Amino acid sequence: MENSSHHIVPYRVYLIILAILILMTGISVAVTQIDLGVITIAVALLLATVKSAFVLIYFMHLKFDNRMFSIMAVGVFLMIGVVIFVTFLDYLFR
Amino acid sequence: MISEPKHASEPSYLEYKGKHKGILAWILSTDHKRIGLLYLYTIMSFFVVGATLGLLMKLELIAPGKTIMEAQMYNVTFTLHGIIMIFVIVIPGLPAVFGNFFLPIMIGAKDVAFPRLNLLSWWVYIAGIILVLIALFTGDGPPDTGWTFYAPYSFKTAGNMLPAVFGAFVLGFSSILTGLNFIVTIHRMRAPGMRWLKMPIFPWTLYGTAWIQLLATPIIGITLLMVAGERLFNIGFFDPALGGDPILYQHLFWIYSHPAVYIMILPAMGAISEIIPTFARKEIFGYKFVVGSTLAIAFVGYFVWGHHMFTSGMSGTALFAFSILTFLVAIPSAIKVFNWISTLYKGSIRMETPLYWALSFIFVFMIGGLSGLMQGAVAINVHVHDTHFIVAHFHFIVFGGTGFAFFGAMHYWFPKIWGRMYDAAWANTGWIIFFIGFLSLYGPMFYLGLQGMPRRYYDYDESFHGGNILSSLGAIIMIAGAMVIIVNLIRSARKGAPAVADPWGGRGLEWKIPSPPPLENFDEIPVIK
Repeated sequence: MENSSHHIVPYRVYLIILAILILMTGISVAVTQIDLGVITIAVALLLATVKSAFVLIYFMHLKFDNRMFSIMAVGVFLMIGVVIFVTFLDYLFR
Repeated sequence: MISEPKHASEPSYLEYKGKHKGILAWILSTDHKRIGLLYLYTIMSFFVVGATLGLLMKLELIAPGKTIMEAQMYNVTFTLHGIIMIFVIVIPGLPAVFGNFFLPIMIGAKDVAFPRLNLLSWWVYIAGIILVLIALFTGDGPPDTGWTFYAPYSFKTAGNMLPAVFGAFVLGFSSILTGLNFIVTIHRMRAPGMRWLKMPIFPWTLYGTAWIQLLATPIIGITLLMVAGERLFNIGFFDPALGGDPILYQHLFWIYSHPAVYIMILPAMGAISEIIPTFARKEIFGYKFVVGSTLAIAFVGYFVWGHHMFTSGMSGTALFAFSILTFLVAIPSAIKVFNWISTLYKGSIRMETPLYWALSFIFVFMIGGLSGLMQGAVAINVHVHDTHFIVAHFHFIVFGGTGFAFFGAMHYWFPKIWGRMYDAAWANTGWIIFFIGFLSLYGPMFYLGLQGMPRRYYDYDESFHGGNILSSLGAIIMIAGAMVIIVNLIRSARKGAPAVADPWGGRGLEWKIPSPPPLENFDEIPVIK
């Protein structure tokens, strides 16, 4: 962690991540044109999660930071994931 | 083993004269101890308001029909009682008061990680309270939805919902900031040598609580904003006429509000886990199991919210899943109770007021917990849902659990906070009156609920009259006990006999520094061996 603030990421990496995020935003919009039935929300959440992961890993420097922060972030994602899964035990079986 | 810190060379936090004077020296202080007391004074002031509203409800229910208020006023009264007690008092409760005051001291730090953020938390908390109060005195009358703000009524009622909902939203920010502060403090500021498994139990419970505050509170924030969106823009999240789902509101509300029960009870369990070993003069039995059960409660507690919704129309699969998960959360809670009892076993027990509170905590918590386990079974839950049985159950947990632990912690740490001893005879008298009043107030509600008396009704059938008379008399007795306790504590804080550094023979770092603590707690950061 002590060295993390001094890590310099080339602009090229940021631009690539930006391009990926814009592309995925386009996919998020495009996918709404397809009827995916019960997995519609799961696909939307998955795309949003991948985009968030890119932001966390590169823009927020999790990749270069103490491993503990990555573990915490993954733990939080898993927790929210399970909460959403349990909620859908109601909606999918109603 | 803890190396003895040197005697403090600084004035106590109560005597310290800084840049500001008078009340400004408190409301602008970034000292974690003063901020803890700011929360205490605010919480106790609003406890008087919330308890008065509760007493008025019990007076209304002392006889069938209208007694002292109309039905609409009764709806408003139980709504305000709930909002004040839950959002203003019990959720901040132990973490904000004793967590702020003792967390840094117990882990050997001079303050929390972000002292200014800590003060901001209190100011945000005050802003939230002001918004809730605005709801009372403006618009077309106070909110009447109950503290749960259930949709669709919450966006259809004429009551002044928006300030109340926004107030609860703002109060949530205070909770998040405190949780964030505690997590960073515990990770980064433990004294040298205080490894994770050498940390006292109370900070462990604050750690579990802080994660819940951080992760669950944003969900209620967004949910309350959605309610505001429904009222202002008619969006249709929860309105079936617009394709929305009212049960979605219940899911979102309880995804936060059930873990919030653990925000209330985990620090209470932490305080009890400090009191019992001190007065049994033993180390706590099964330290690692107590720590593990704390984290297990915090974790499993996220996934049991659906047991509040067994009659809402959820799927059978969800009923089954939530029922099993609810039974699971009882296991770590029971581990704690076994560990407390085992700590007492063959201990050299010293009966003092904090231990009376701790023992009565175990008694009422067991009744509250076991009656909660009953409701984990869908068949029983459907029968007692929205009856007085539920009111009895959650008061045994929230008031009997958190409230008793709060008063126990108050007496336990009183000598450290104010540097004076309380009057033990009056403290014990207050406790026994309060305990008898509590059981008389909430005990009959179990019976009334099983007989079918619904909650949130200002009127009832004559057959419920006897239980309600006993319950209302219990409320009066309990309020009398609370007055004895509070007056004794206020008087003792001013005129009690001076306290020594360690009046109870405690083992934690807080007992190694003078009473009251010096400004920065330790002259030198202690080293834990």
